[in-house]
Amino acid sequence: MTLKLHNVTKKFGSFTAVDHLSLEIPEKQIFGFLGANGAGKTTTFRMILGLIQESSGDITWNEGGIGYDKSHLIGYLPEERGLYPKMKVQDQLVYLARLRGMNSKEALHEIEQWLEKFKVPDYKSKKVEDLSKGNQQKIQFISAVLHKPKLLILDEPFSGLDPVNVEMLKKAVVELKEAGTSIVFSSHRMEHVEELCEHLCILHHGKPVVHGRLKDIKRSFGKKNVRVRTDFDLAFLKDLPGVTKYKSLGDSCELQVENEHVSQTILSELHGKGFIRTFDLEEPSLNDIFIEKVGNSFE
Amino acid sequence: MNKFFIMVGQTFKSRVKSKSFFITTLVTLALIFLITNIQTIIEMFDDDEEGAGTSEIAVVSDEESWAILLGETLSSQEGLSVEVNEVNSDEAREAVEEGTYDSAISLDSGEDGLPVATQYTGEDSSLAEAEMMQQSLQQVKIAIAAEEAEVDKATLQAINTPIPFETVSVGEESGAKSSEEMAQTRGLVYVMLFLLYLSVMLYGSMIATEVATEKSSRVMEILISSVSPVSQMFAKITGIALLGLLQFSLILGVGYLGVQQNSGEGSFLNEFGLGDIQLSVIAYGVLFFILGYLLYATLAATLGSLVSRLEDAQQMISPMIYLIIIAFFISVFGLNAPDSTFITVTSYIPFFSPLIMFLRVGMLDIPLWEVILSVGFLVAAIIVLAMIGARVYKGGVLMYGKSTSLKDVKRAFQLSKKEN
Repeated sequence: MTLKLHNVTKKFGSFTAVDHLSLEIPEKQIFGFLGANGAGKTTTFRMILGLIQESSGDITWNEGGIGYDKSHLIGYLPEERGLYPKMKVQDQLVYLARLRGMNSKEALHEIEQWLEKFKVPDYKSKKVEDLSKGNQQKIQFISAVLHKPKLLILDEPFSGLDPVNVEMLKKAVVELKEAGTSIVFSSHRMEHVEELCEHLCILHHGKPVVHGRLKDIKRSFGKKNVRVRTDFDLAFLKDLPGVTKYKSLGDSCELQVENEHVSQTILSELHGKGFIRTFDLEEPSLNDIFIEKVGNSFE
Repeated sequence: MNKFFIMVGQTFKSRVKSKSFFITTLVTLALIFLITNIQTIIEMFDDDEEGAGTSEIAVVSDEESWAILLGETLSSQEGLSVEVNEVNSDEAREAVEEGTYDSAISLDSGEDGLPVATQYTGEDSSLAEAEMMQQSLQQVKIAIAAEEAEVDKATLQAINTPIPFETVSVGEESGAKSSEEMAQTRGLVYVMLFLLYLSVMLYGSMIATEVATEKSSRVMEILISSVSPVSQMFAKITGIALLGLLQFSLILGVGYLGVQQNSGEGSFLNEFGLGDIQLSVIAYGVLFFILGYLLYATLAATLGSLVSRLEDAQQMISPMIYLIIIAFFISVFGLNAPDSTFITVTSYIPFFSPLIMFLRVGMLDIPLWEVILSVGFLVAAIIVLAMIGARVYKGGVLMYGKSTSLKDVKRAFQLSKKEN
């Protein structure tokens, strides 16, 4: 059940929203979609779901396209949250689940369990408009997963939630993955992607700038971070060859170095200068990679 | 297909259960009940004023035979109880003053030997009663005069029989029904036209609102990822159509029953041409309701899919509303001149034909092929509009932003098509 995008392009008039995007989204894993606002994430999702037609290229899932005949296998949480404001939570969820090919009895049972899991069992007979934004989002999430989809697409699932609810939803996402669901989600919060995804893709202006396994991406990025805390001034490190970034933080500093060997040069430079309290060589964070890749192409 | 029916059911159920539907239907039905029963209701109030319902009348005369004759004539009228020569003239007058009798009639012999009548009435006397009394007296007088002139009864009867009068329509070319027939159907056609106009407008805007609501609450994106926009659009149209048919048949049913119960000789419903309801006219009404509804509903759903806020929906469908209003005005004009060329021509134009062809079918005897041709045009227009509508809808439901102009039709069209 691998989802494959091959050379997919979408143009709106003269504007290219997605530009020759090729991706392979492995099954039973969580795939992260990163990108600044307007990078083409939602458009890509809509093309995967068949809501809009790609201008060129093709999308296949399990050796076929995604059409309405497969909608019971797919769950979708759109970025723009929306439910019927005047309808009761339970009626609403049953209706949406039936549209995804579930029968009412089964749906009722699942609704019970999910509401329990999200600790909101008493919302069943409340109108959606009476719930808080965060709780509406939980209901919306339930509507996307209720029918046990094989492929789950979550567009910014954690935006606008408090940390407790983010954790709750993250846990649910991980559980779904373990139960065998392939999940694609987009975010501009790097730490979420870093925590959850094995594979990811960074989109910029419709083009994939980074794509692959998280570990490989980090390794091939090459650059590392060095954190140093000493009792003496560190400004001189700025001019060392191989140091690409320097950021002073009071008595310590953060350096970005071209590769891990540079760290050893720095260490020997520091040697004998005074008291070294911390010397740490770190993997680059996804945030660094994102800013580097997306930021660079802005220039 | 299954999902289609789930959506139809949902659309229908959520509307039927809504308070506004319940109240409007109830108010409409009450209104219809009131209108069809208005005569009974008015009479009921009249009865209250007259007290017991029957008037006690005393007839007094020195000529015993005259009194008996008038007594017999009056007794045949409804709501009167007559007493003949129980009292004398002066006593009768006093009795009316005291309220024992409602009125008293005294017959005296005039100069020519014919009766002269005096009526004594109390406070509650009505003009209608006096008129009825006068008519009865006239009959009595004719009988007495005839007797004195020695005219035999057969001759008298021959004189009194009304002349047979009949209107025969010969203008076959115009296809006009006889003026009597026309007057009979006019009322029915008018009522049906009004219903058609009202319901197409009502349900049309209901659909536009429904679509706009789903868009503005953003639930639309979930829906179109589950069910294709085209079947969604037609599910909405069907759901509201069922609602319309339910309401329509309730209204017609109550109206029909009301008319059945209250129509009779001289009832005001007959005067308006509503007494004799022809089922064929009703059947055509339902046919044109369904077709007209489909046409306007498709248009409404298409337009509704273009707005992203509920407030803009009314503005968007206003051109559609104008079309319906124009059609209605043409048909009102047509009520008085159903065979004019203008009406004939407009009865073939799809946006007007549901009202105007129905008007012609109801008022005139037109050949069947004309109806079929008009319905054919209408069905073709519905299909074309549905095809365009489905495309616009598909793109339109994903389009957000300020969009209240028809230019967006083009944008929506582009969004739904594959570009290279």
